[in-house]
Amino acid sequence: MTVQPTQLVMLAVLVLATAVLGAAWKSRQGRVRTTPARQDPGVDWAARGVRLGERATFVQLSAEVCAPCRATARVLTGLAEREAGVEHHELDVDDHFDLVRELGVLTTPTVLVLDANGVQAARSSGGMSPAQARRALDTVVPPLVEPVETRP
Amino acid sequence: MTSERPAAQAPVTQAPAGIDPRGPRVGAGITALLLAVVVLLGATTAGLVLLAVVAAGFLLGAVRGAQGTVQGWLFKTLVRPRLAPPAELEDPRPPRFAQLVGLVVTGVGVVLGLAGVLVAVPWAAGIAFVAAGLNAVVGLCLGCELYLLGARLRPSAR
Repeated sequence: MTVQPTQLVMLAVLVLATAVLGAAWKSRQGRVRTTPARQDPGVDWAARGVRLGERATFVQLSAEVCAPCRATARVLTGLAEREAGVEHHELDVDDHFDLVRELGVLTTPTVLVLDANGVQAARSSGGMSPAQARRALDTVVPPLVEPVETRP
Repeated sequence: MTSERPAAQAPVTQAPAGIDPRGPRVGAGITALLLAVVVLLGATTAGLVLLAVVAAGFLLGAVRGAQGTVQGWLFKTLVRPRLAPPAELEDPRPPRFAQLVGLVVTGVGVVLGLAGVLVAVPWAAGIAFVAAGLNAVVGLCLGCELYLLGARLRPSAR
């Protein structure tokens, strides 16, 4: 059986497309965006059972068919436990579909970083690493300890 | 990291029983190789037959989960005994959703091929190849990318 040259070209293009899409997808995962795509619609967080932290709140939108949601939840829960005044809440997209529409959420997990007043300050989509979670927190609250100049 | 500690709140993504997360990725790699062969075979009967075999595998995966496919069995018997135990187990539902997406894409190709539109065979295989390849290489989670899009397309006012 001989392979047509066009089929070889097609496979080469597909491999290239996979590489480009893969690199683009991977670089987007967990990236912290400080300019949300939409205006904050003023969500009533208390009505959704989200208790705001004194300093910051991570609201994570998760789905059953989302593999990185659990790892991201562990990262954020760990951060919330270590940091005073920081809360983490996980909401199922099926139970909060109106919120998903309102906020223009397209993928899971999507993490909203809220400031002390519940205003969206940053946002991230895809699985988050501990370093990305820390960076997201830093966009809302300055570190408790001011960096001081090191002196001998 | 506090990875061994269970989440404090009831996590919405609580798994029924965890599976080795490397299994579905190895399986996706095997599937991608089969789909690459379908692309090379082109609009032929041989291509249609192999695509139907791959689609049947996706059907198994959509019903039983990715660990219940031939690829899952190959991973369990040939690959996993040579690996260290996984750092953590994964929810079997996201890979199962990906199997369902694969079934739809390759199923359309098979149906069109059987209807005489053989040119649809390499195209369906090509689309599924990209998805399976992304899953294998960078761990793309199809459920993460497609579930909300599908839910938004549903006409019912939810």
